[in-house]
Amino acid sequence: MKLITAIIKPFKLDEVREALSAVGVQGVTVTEVKGFGRQKGHTELYRGAEYVVDFLPKVKIEAAVSDEIVERAIEAIQTSARTGKIGDGKIFIYDLQQAMRIRTGETGNEAL
Amino acid sequence: MKKLLVMLLTAGALALTSAVAVAQGGDPSYGGGATSEPAATAPAAASPAPAAPAAAVEMKKEEAAPAAAAAEEKKEQPPAPPKIDKGDTAFMYAATIMVILMTIPGLALFYGGLVRSKNMLSVLMQVFVVFSLITVLWVVYGYTLAFGGAGAIFGGFDKLFLSGVTAESAAATFTKEVYIPELTFIAFQGTFAAITCALIVGAYAERMKFSAVLLFMVIWFTFSYIPMAHMVWYWDGPDAIKDQATLDAVVANAGWLWAKGALDFAGGTVVHVNAGVAGLVAAYVLGKRIGYGRESMAPHSLTLTMVGAALLWVGWFGFNAGSNLEANGVAAFAFINTILATAAAVLSWMFAEWMVKGKPSMLGAASGAVAGLVAITPACGFVGIIGALVIGLAAGVICFWGVTGLKKMLGADDALDVFGVHGVGGMLGALLTGVFAAPSLGGAGICNYVTNKCGDPADFPGIGAQVWIQFQGVLTAIVLSTVVTLVALMIVKMVTGLRVAEEEEREGLDTTYHGESAYKF
Repeated sequence: MKLITAIIKPFKLDEVREALSAVGVQGVTVTEVKGFGRQKGHTELYRGAEYVVDFLPKVKIEAAVSDEIVERAIEAIQTSARTGKIGDGKIFIYDLQQAMRIRTGETGNEAL
Repeated sequence: MKKLLVMLLTAGALALTSAVAVAQGGDPSYGGGATSEPAATAPAAASPAPAAPAAAVEMKKEEAAPAAAAAEEKKEQPPAPPKIDKGDTAFMYAATIMVILMTIPGLALFYGGLVRSKNMLSVLMQVFVVFSLITVLWVVYGYTLAFGGAGAIFGGFDKLFLSGVTAESAAATFTKEVYIPELTFIAFQGTFAAITCALIVGAYAERMKFSAVLLFMVIWFTFSYIPMAHMVWYWDGPDAIKDQATLDAVVANAGWLWAKGALDFAGGTVVHVNAGVAGLVAAYVLGKRIGYGRESMAPHSLTLTMVGAALLWVGWFGFNAGSNLEANGVAAFAFINTILATAAAVLSWMFAEWMVKGKPSMLGAASGAVAGLVAITPACGFVGIIGALVIGLAAGVICFWGVTGLKKMLGADDALDVFGVHGVGGMLGALLTGVFAAPSLGGAGICNYVTNKCGDPADFPGIGAQVWIQFQGVLTAIVLSTVVTLVALMIVKMVTGLRVAEEEEREGLDTTYHGESAYKF
């Protein structure tokens, strides 16, 4: 099992969710986050005052998937979240030791 | 807290007693006022003056001509008691309510949106409570000191607690034998006093103790607002003027700047320069907010700021057109000038910002509207359409500079730009009033109550002379407000202290001073 964590542009969330569903991912967790990368921030002007906004809003999605579909899931995220412009985000993959469905106590791939 | 209340009460009482001393001791013309009051009709005719008399010199050359008119007038002198004009009265009710709307919630939201969310309630609360505090003081002693009698700087004490004012009492307007209830006039003028004090809140926002705000307002209102209002707006009313001799008597009784012929239709000097300068001085004395220039102090809700600016714009028609006291053509002029100059200032601020800073911002447009409203305030009943357009366009650009270039030069943390918008815009408007009031530039000129004609070019002292008079008005407001603010803040510092503690400032004034927070998500 693998845990996929992806940081994407907020307006791409729906497309990514659809693409993941299409390759058989059963569920994802979504968090609104802020961060910086190569995109850098922007400047806001309020009358005479200038503020540099370093941290830009992004969406973080986390999905636990079985080893069989992990490659397809990564590809689905990469194609659906891509705009080709700087700031599209990143995908991280971790090994996942265990998973359990709380209601039934099922573990492993059964719980995903 | 109890100790604080006691202190506030004592301070109020002190302010009152020292005001007595000033009015009685410092003002030689105070005693002579009563005798030259007009006999029958208007008790306490006092009002903003689109009707500054030309200085005595100008009057003299006309003495021959109006003789006939004056004689004619004597024949038809009315013996009847003053008759209240119902239409004008209804108009003034609406105008008064609109000025209240400007302050609460208009100004409160305009300012509130500009601070950080942790200080939202403190700003709303300060505007709300200052409005209430000044309204009470206005009825107790403000009105009588501002409009309750002749004198160069202060009025009298005859109408403490509005004593003697009844439902039948009439206040003069700018037309002979046209009156509104004095109580209506009192309420209308009370809202002016309240919004002027509330304007200052923006300068020291996010860092001044609430108790200090209240105490400061009591002192500043008493010694800066009241004398300014009296000096600019007190006169005996048009009925008192019948010929040159009675005009001279009215001028002798009138407030110091009114007697000079200063034009201030709705409060450029009394309200905006006065409050703007107080704001700047207070910003210097209090010092900068913690983290100013290093941490982000971006407005927390420009949506609310836009709502507030729009409410200010709408309410300002009560402020400007209402200052005419009569629902007539002059009020219509004040109205159209107010909408035109404001729209022009929105555009000019926006284009200036677009060119200089690269983007046209919502905050810029809203600020431009307020700048235009401020600048047209002293001028609205005196200038023509072209004058209003020029004043509006100039206000947008110059006030934009006021909150950017000038602000950097001044180096004070005037948090919400009270000086940059109200101070600068007020000065600009007051001075340009002297230019565009000229009949030769399409202005309305001034009213001559001896000949009973308004706008006669012969009565206008000339642009240069009028601008000089306007300049003296502006300078008076600057000096008076600076001195009073400095002294008031010194007193407040000794009594309650000025600034909140550092951790309170970091935490935000909403929770530390008011025990609540503006937003729960």
